[in-house]
Amino acid sequence: MIPARVEYVAPHSVTEAVGALVEAGEDAKVLAGGQSLLPVLRLRMAYPSVLVDLGRIDGMRGVREEGSSVVVGAMTRHSDVIDDPLVRRYAALLASATATVADPQVRHRGTFGGALAHADPAGDLPAVAVALDAEMVAEGPGGRRTIPASEFFVDYLQTALEPGEILCEVRIPKLDGEWSAHYEKFNRTAQAWAIVGVAAAVRRSNGTIVEARVGLTNMSSTPVRARGVEAALAGASADAATVADAATRAVEGTNPPSDLSGQADYRSHLATVLTRRAVSRAAHIG
Amino acid sequence: MTELLASPPDVDTGQEIGRARRRKEDAKLVNGQTLWTDSINLPGMAHFALLRSPMAHARITSVDVSAARALPGVIAAFSGADLADQLGSLPTAWPVTPEMVSPPHPPLAVDEVRYAGDAVAVVVARDRYTAADALEAISVDYDPLPAVVDLEAALAEGSPLVHADAGTNRCYVWPFAGGDYAAAKAAADVVVRRRFVQQRLLPTAMEPRAVVVDPVAASGEITVYSATQIPHVLRLMLALTIGIPEQKIRVIAPDVGGGFGSKLDVYAEEVIGVVLAQKLGRPVKWTESRSEGYQATIHGRGQIQDIEIAARRDGTILGMSVDLLADMGAYLQLVTAGVPLLGAFMYPAIYKMDAYSFTCTGVFTTKTPTDAYRGAGRPEATYAVERIIDELAHELGRDPVDLRRQNWIRHEEFPYTTIAGLTYDSGNYEAATAKALALFDYDGLRAEQAARRDRNDPVQLGIGVSTFTEMCGLAPSRVLGSLSYGAGGWEAAGIRMLPTGKVEVVTGASAHGQGHETAWSQIAADLLGVPFEDVEVIHGDTQSSPKGMDTYGSRSLVVGGVALHLAAGKVVDKARRIAAHLLEASEDDVQFDKGVFSVKGSPEAKLTIQEVALATFAAHNLPDGMEPSLDSDAVYDPENFSYPHGTHLCAVEVDTETGRSTIRSYVCVDDVGSVINPLIVEGQVHGGLAQGIAQALYEEAAYDADGNLLTGTMADYLLPSAADLPAFVTDRTETPATSNPLGVKGVGEAGTIASTPAVINAIVDALRPFGVNDLAMPATPERVWRALHGGADGGGAR
Repeated sequence: MIPARVEYVAPHSVTEAVGALVEAGEDAKVLAGGQSLLPVLRLRMAYPSVLVDLGRIDGMRGVREEGSSVVVGAMTRHSDVIDDPLVRRYAALLASATATVADPQVRHRGTFGGALAHADPAGDLPAVAVALDAEMVAEGPGGRRTIPASEFFVDYLQTALEPGEILCEVRIPKLDGEWSAHYEKFNRTAQAWAIVGVAAAVRRSNGTIVEARVGLTNMSSTPVRARGVEAALAGASADAATVADAATRAVEGTNPPSDLSGQADYRSHLATVLTRRAVSRAAHIG
Repeated sequence: MTELLASPPDVDTGQEIGRARRRKEDAKLVNGQTLWTDSINLPGMAHFALLRSPMAHARITSVDVSAARALPGVIAAFSGADLADQLGSLPTAWPVTPEMVSPPHPPLAVDEVRYAGDAVAVVVARDRYTAADALEAISVDYDPLPAVVDLEAALAEGSPLVHADAGTNRCYVWPFAGGDYAAAKAAADVVVRRRFVQQRLLPTAMEPRAVVVDPVAASGEITVYSATQIPHVLRLMLALTIGIPEQKIRVIAPDVGGGFGSKLDVYAEEVIGVVLAQKLGRPVKWTESRSEGYQATIHGRGQIQDIEIAARRDGTILGMSVDLLADMGAYLQLVTAGVPLLGAFMYPAIYKMDAYSFTCTGVFTTKTPTDAYRGAGRPEATYAVERIIDELAHELGRDPVDLRRQNWIRHEEFPYTTIAGLTYDSGNYEAATAKALALFDYDGLRAEQAARRDRNDPVQLGIGVSTFTEMCGLAPSRVLGSLSYGAGGWEAAGIRMLPTGKVEVVTGASAHGQGHETAWSQIAADLLGVPFEDVEVIHGDTQSSPKGMDTYGSRSLVVGGVALHLAAGKVVDKARRIAAHLLEASEDDVQFDKGVFSVKGSPEAKLTIQEVALATFAAHNLPDGMEPSLDSDAVYDPENFSYPHGTHLCAVEVDTETGRSTIRSYVCVDDVGSVINPLIVEGQVHGGLAQGIAQALYEEAAYDADGNLLTGTMADYLLPSAADLPAFVTDRTETPATSNPLGVKGVGEAGTIASTPAVINAIVDALRPFGVNDLAMPATPERVWRALHGGADGGGAR
């Protein structure tokens, strides 16, 4: 658990950070909260030449409102996301999921952007980003661009970020009014990764589910949008049987892994059960 | 979430023993003023690091350390072959049979690696970072050999061999019997047979292992600082293993952050550290990383238990037979071979029966060596017997508590000699069980269970019971001798009355989190009649505490505390003679109460023990020929083990949709005999429960077929935290031990031993209607789910 030698820079602006990344070439690594990267370094599973620490860039932290979006700075700590009034009002699903990340120490060090850019399919937040149609704002040597969440997660631990690009902020379309949300996480100990997680946001009007957004954690090498479930719920009656029926479509398009914490068939079973529970909780059914 | 429960109140009764004193040790611990081995930095100190085999089994064809040696900052680098002559072989202290296969155990592998993590080379560098870099510059060529992972396959004809020279993977066969089991079985109406698997566990002490060695070349003296439970045993073993004269070795266990048996060993790194320090003539340090420790520190458990119980239809147990396969791992560490034997005597537990047959076969595998882990042999035994009693109850259609009651030793039958030959001095299973049932609301929970079954509730309720006992207070030396253990089981204590009336207590029991400083102070304060605050307890250094057998097996209080009791008696006796002399009274007329010597019939004629201490120091006026000191030493060798017991009840809710088991309530009533400090007892019980529950629900050292440890970091090896455990309801009954003057029985392992079967019994109880009769540990949600859907035990789930 002794990391190899690594150079370290701590720029004060995104432009400087991009410059440092470009200069260092492909062996550079961006350091956000460090909650995944530092264990990897200590286990000597990676040997970056330079760490570019984003921790001193003030502009990357905090949450603001911009028209129909809530904009979360990539370096906003999980603990600040959970407590943010804008997030709680317009992106309750994000607050619900972030509150389940690891433990209080990790939540006070780890960042929203770091968790997304790490793109671990067992992480809780990528599924939320996908479910909420978030947009990733990245800055690189070629300037700024926006990547939809649906295109951001490319494969296991792989994103659409180009070399030299930094995830700066995440724009989340506001869900206002009749939306309510719940993240249902299934893990064995409080600090453990999700075996499966289901992020659900539901807009309910009287006895009807008008619209639903459902994202799945750890059901593929990337987060999965459960479109089949959403389609089955759109306009459906808000009752237990209907939700249970819709939840059976959770496994569509998934490719769950088999590993030490669960075999694929068990994960598929869990996805159905947890989708039913997440949607029911969000829609106040049962 | 665990609620914050009120701890036992500290009430001043005028007596220290029995007070819930807050621990003396804790202010230092929580203020960061401890001295861990890793905090020790000596002038000129170098750091060493070990290159470990990535393969479970391979021939080493070459080791080239030259590139590592050439790196700036590297002081030395050696292969196993370079140091083989100096390192010798690591000791094992328990040759359980004369025929036991005891292969050489080189601290650095020379020709062959036998588990993933076996060390093959060492580098010494000016700092830890350089040492870690240098490891990557070492090149080793391995010629892979087949891994030996499965215990039964290891014993099969034609299996690859862990130690080719031994010609077998069978380390030993140790049979034991009382009565005629075959006859008992023939007479039985019901025979229930089960196979239970004790998965391997990774002991995870808060403080990792570490060692610092400081040599003095000119005099040949050497000081070894080690995060160890056993400074005294380590000193002896280093002398015997490396050949350093014993008087030249000083071993210091500074503050040690937990061990649970994993620091009850003589490890390769300790021997390597000594050899390197001597060779290089400078201090060296090594501290393990957590993932390194998961491979290189001993593992616990690792047994396959075939158990059979024979009974009459009316529930009377006639006999029991146990056939064990015990995973030794690749080598025998200090007491590896003997661990299952500590359980051998415990299978009959609290139950009366006429026949018992036991066989243990030790098996070598290409995995990390196993050794003692909290409970050592007794949790395994307790699990198997408490599980099969439930299976017998199910077979007979009986309530599991009722069946236990029918067969257990009644309180009026003590002392009772079991079929395994142990004589239980005392106990009251009826009282502990009655108290536990009342606290648990057993009848109410059974009613709820029935209602949930009736309405097909997706969340089912199960109730598990464990009425355990254990043998602890290790151990009568004669018994250890009869079991071929290499040493005795006595413990030493010393008392020094200082001129100012303050007291130094020396104990040979080396504390590493248990609270000895507090408990020993309470005992000394009462026996000497001095204030609690005036007592200082010295331990963990072979120079200041020269004699001891250290801390394991719930022995410290039961053996070491009694030694202190004897030492205090000697001090008081001598002080009484001096007081009589000074008071010009007959010794027989001088009475001692709460620190004051007084003359019967002359209440004004009195001296405090502090005044006697000062007078002894001055030595102006002592009885003729009396030595001017008020010190004493005592060594106590127990005549019997002690036998704590208790009744643990667990209610588990099983979500049949996901397979998740959630403990809803946990009640335990332990009887650990007389209690010195109820707060410490409470802490031991809580920690023990957490570890026992962890075996039932969370922890497993999983290996793949190639002998790779799959759970090599805390991300994969799941340790529960407070967030995952219920609020425990704990209570006690007190049946004092009759085998020692303090009446104490030991509490260090009780919670761990008792709790595992209570949890699994509860889950199986919840799942009976689904045809489930067993579950492999840990009972993960996936295993439970598979058991529900396959009707099997879920064993193949992972």
